Amino acid sequence: MVQKLDTLPETPSQTAGPYVHIGTIPTFAGLAGIYPEDLGLSPIADGAKGEIITITGSVFDGTGWALRDAMLESWQADAQGRWPGSDGADPKVGGFCRFAADKDSGEFVLRTVKPGATKGRGGTTQSPHIALWIVARGINIGLQTRLYFDDEDNAADPVLGKIELRPRVDTLIAKKTGPGAYRFDIRLQGAGETVFFDM
Amino acid sequence: MTDLGPLIPRDRAMHPPAYDVDYKTTIARSPNLPLLSLESTPSEETGPRFGHGILGALDNNLIYNWTKGAAPAVGERVLMHGRVLDENGRAVPNTLIEIWQANAGGRYRHIKDTYLAPLDPNFGGCGRTISDAEGRYQFLTIRPGAYPWPNRGNEWRPMHIHISVFGHSFGQRLITQMYFEGDPLIDRCPIAATIKSRSQLDRLVAPLDMSHARPLDFLAYKFDIVLRGRRQTMFENKLEGM
Ligand SMILES: [Fe+3]
Repeated sequence: MVQKLDTLPETPSQTAGPYVHIGTIPTFAGLAGIYPEDLGLSPIADGAKGEIITITGSVFDGTGWALRDAMLESWQADAQGRWPGSDGADPKVGGFCRFAADKDSGEFVLRTVKPGATKGRGGTTQSPHIALWIVARGINIGLQTRLYFDDEDNAADPVLGKIELRPRVDTLIAKKTGPGAYRFDIRLQGAGETVFFDM
Repeated sequence: MTDLGPLIPRDRAMHPPAYDVDYKTTIARSPNLPLLSLESTPSEETGPRFGHGILGALDNNLIYNWTKGAAPAVGERVLMHGRVLDENGRAVPNTLIEIWQANAGGRYRHIKDTYLAPLDPNFGGCGRTISDAEGRYQFLTIRPGAYPWPNRGNEWRPMHIHISVFGHSFGQRLITQMYFEGDPLIDRCPIAATIKSRSQLDRLVAPLDMSHARPLDFLAYKFDIVLRGRRQTMFENKLEGM
């Protein structure tokens, strides 16, 4: 027998199921009042510095149907590219948000401040982006992806640079649709399938 | 921000594959193309923190939180408790844990659940808590009922509690389910069976823990949760000395 490692394996994931909203955004599920307010209602408070933007989109399955039961979480830096909680970070930017696909239209809306460029590992600079995590019935382990912006310079981003199939880079770029407004659709499968990460 | 080192890459073999023909909803919701595996960056290594200030006194008591203490939920009373650890075996303190579940009859309080079992007017079905300095947490709740769901001909979910854990970085984010020792429906469940390794599935089955049960009050089940850890970077940080 070889020596025993003292590391532990990660607990396996299970699908969040159709009722994920009960535990994460109870007001959406019809449980208003169980907490004073749902967690992660907004990633920013009034007075956050920077450009306030609205991102609208849907999560599509392999048949092109927009999921009505997806729950998304986002995590981002402030307008200066500082992570919430770090030195000098904007105290009005919590950085975390939870939002669900609308139960009738399947559309989600994220209102936030546009993040600044952030430091990556090893002295690199990451272009402004928002990290996303998507769960739903039929998704066995939460899907990690990122949202970048089409009006930023993404040429030197170290993560986008690792995408070998170059046409797929476009799946991570939100398209500007008007002042402070962007569109970002996520495709779980098939044509235009979004790049998902294992990071 | 101090660099604690990158997250240990996920061992995807421990987790269910995205596509599983026996869990039909995965078929159109699973990516066809491979995930892009990269070393974590600060975007994955940082994450939201939640303080005890968000918690109400009854937030981890599902027997009473829906009625604000006025009346107890119907069902078999159980304590769910355990620790949150990382892959290095270290406690994960001060992390938010959220749970949700069906009532004793197997019905969820959710706008989309239309199962014929009745709602319990005294049961909401969600709770939350924050782990203590040793990573410990506990919930007082009722044993959720099994419930049927549309998949194959006659499919029932075993009794289960859904669990969401944050850890300290966005890349540690995990949602899973706790099953109850001895439930014969576990072995018939295609969602449980998305986990291909029996020993991994067993880690989601909480044993009855009489040492934490309270006589004439509640049974207890122990459920430890392991999140991703950080890879030690000792040598990389000391290159100049080597
Ligand atoms: Fe369930």
